[in-house]
Amino acid sequence: MNKTEFSEEEWLFEIAPKDKFFSLNLKEVWRYRDLLMLFVKRDVVTVYKQTILGPLWYLIQPLFTSVIFTIIFNNVAGIKTGETPAFLFNLGGVMVWNYFTSCLNDTSDTFKKNASIFGKVYFPRLIVPLSIVMSNLVKFGIQFLIFIAFYIYYFMIGKVTFQFTTATLFFPILVAIMGILGLGLGMIISSLVTKYRDLSFLVGFGVQLLMYVSAVMYPMVLLKEKLPTFGWLIEYNPLAYVIETARYMLLNEGSISVSGLLYTVVVTIVVFFVGLLIFNKTEKSFIDTV
Amino acid sequence: MKDIILKAENISKQYRLGTVGTGTLSHDLNRWWHAIRGKEDPYLKVGETNDRSSKGNSDYVWALQDINFEVNRGEVLGIIGKNGAGKSTLLKILSKVTAPTTGVIKSRGRIASLLEVGTGFNPELTGRENIYLNGAILGMTKKEITSKLDEIIAFSGCERYIDTPTKRYSSGMTVRLAFAVAAFLEPEILVVDEVLAVGDAEFQKKAIGKMQDISKSEGRTVLFVSHNMAAVRSLCTKGMLIENGKTVFFGDIDETIDLYLKSSIFSFNSNNYIEFEEKEAPIQISKFEVSSLNLKGERSNSSGVLMGNILEFSIFVLAKQMYNNLKASIIISTASGTRIAAIRSHEITDFVFDSKGDFVFKATASDLKLMPGDYVVTIALAENNTTIDIKEECLGFTVVPNDVYGTGRIPKGNLYVYSDAKWELNQK
Repeated sequence: MNKTEFSEEEWLFEIAPKDKFFSLNLKEVWRYRDLLMLFVKRDVVTVYKQTILGPLWYLIQPLFTSVIFTIIFNNVAGIKTGETPAFLFNLGGVMVWNYFTSCLNDTSDTFKKNASIFGKVYFPRLIVPLSIVMSNLVKFGIQFLIFIAFYIYYFMIGKVTFQFTTATLFFPILVAIMGILGLGLGMIISSLVTKYRDLSFLVGFGVQLLMYVSAVMYPMVLLKEKLPTFGWLIEYNPLAYVIETARYMLLNEGSISVSGLLYTVVVTIVVFFVGLLIFNKTEKSFIDTV
Repeated sequence: MKDIILKAENISKQYRLGTVGTGTLSHDLNRWWHAIRGKEDPYLKVGETNDRSSKGNSDYVWALQDINFEVNRGEVLGIIGKNGAGKSTLLKILSKVTAPTTGVIKSRGRIASLLEVGTGFNPELTGRENIYLNGAILGMTKKEITSKLDEIIAFSGCERYIDTPTKRYSSGMTVRLAFAVAAFLEPEILVVDEVLAVGDAEFQKKAIGKMQDISKSEGRTVLFVSHNMAAVRSLCTKGMLIENGKTVFFGDIDETIDLYLKSSIFSFNSNNYIEFEEKEAPIQISKFEVSSLNLKGERSNSSGVLMGNILEFSIFVLAKQMYNNLKASIIISTASGTRIAAIRSHEITDFVFDSKGDFVFKATASDLKLMPGDYVVTIALAENNTTIDIKEECLGFTVVPNDVYGTGRIPKGNLYVYSDAKWELNQK
């Protein structure tokens, strides 16, 4: 091998053991955008293939959850939901919460679940979690429609008053925050799971527990009132702010906290970039450990 | 001037053996501690050459060690070696599935890999949808695929099923469709691993033809891994022989193949028997012997078998318990892996072990007329339908030319068997 020769040569790319600290190849992800869309399509289309109810399953799960929550938390336990009918209150919370958990759960086994594809062919691995967040957005969209349907129903029977504030316009941003936070956490977990399987068990029940401190089925103030010693649990939980704010935007119920939201945005950005960093590091050699 | 499109410099890959468990965390912490202090990774120094059959002392092995090579534009490089030599690891590194532990690969073109056809096929989607999905996974854009869709479908020969979910396809059809997608990829460098093992003869021919087209008329570079020496010989222009993770030879394809066949597990012309390590199994093959008898019935014990002599195979079995209905099989293959004959005891007779101890299965094959060349034997022992012991390609023997017809004219040609047929010429 002639070693003097290559210094003058120009190479299209190199494959080396370790990259620079942070090398996110966005150009490459863009080049594979068609794959991203095809993955989204695959996920949305194939999930309920060969089922009778098909996409209706997207609706059944949040509806039943909301009904159960309404019975247990509002009718049995007597949690007050202000002016808003309890069912609509719960449906709004469950819908947003579901988007977060499905993003988190699905991205957290990116490497494990796709090991057979990843082991054979290269494409930017980031495509997979991105496609998950996007296909879950479609699912969220369908659930949002049913929310609107119930909103209209309650409006017709006079249980809610229609209040459209400027805050409502920011709802998509809130959804984006939820998605990005789920994606970021999911990327961190999926990367660690490749080596330490313990985490996938932790996520399984951790997410369930997290729901109880995320103001999904009660207003944020309620926990602070009833359990002042554990108030910090909810104050430092960015998810609680998102859900509380979502309800404020959609139902004009609860409070909006600018400092809380700012805190949420900062946490989301940090989690997302840490996730990207770890994910990038893992994707190069995870196939040896998974 | 040479037009180098791909260059590998000192590529090495280390793997950790055994299971990933609690030990992993302590190794990781140790590694991290060394990294903080600016020291070298302590586990990079350890590691042994990757010899699958011998037991090692270290938990780390080098699957690849200091691989260097260059490929010119339009060349077809055949990478050959035994199972576990590191071929697939090298291809995985080339296709960016895993990163090398040390070293660098430099490329002037896009690399697309075909490590296994049908990657990412979703059984619920139709053939057409899967073409798009698979094409996109392999790096094509939707537009590219649409422009080639008709060609892809035609090449696959699955027109009738194209709007049916692929779960209804036969495995052969899935492979055809998947290879068709891959064949229309347009990377500068195509990495192909053993894709021709499946599919019928017609399709294999089509696939090899397509790969030849890719390299010859379109001037693209192909890296090809296969155990099928015939395919390697007809496709490749250059060869690389890998043994235990190291490059043994790099150069002309014919030389590489010859060297590979010679360096295989067994060595011809040395021993006519092989003894196996004793295990704690209730029954095992302890020794295998090939000998030949000349026409006078005299046994020759050299492993060079004179053409025309009668082959005698003896499988020595050590049984620690009684067995019913044992089967012994002997499969004779050419050195390049083509199976040419199987001698199976259970097709001819039934054996019952009614006591423990040593036994010899002896097969005398007077009607197996082999042409001069190198042959390898795989032996297996089974009870009913379960294999008890198998020794793959454990022993080789060489058939040397001989005047078998007594005419002074020795049969020639690159053939495996001959026949001493009786010829007649009659006028009608």
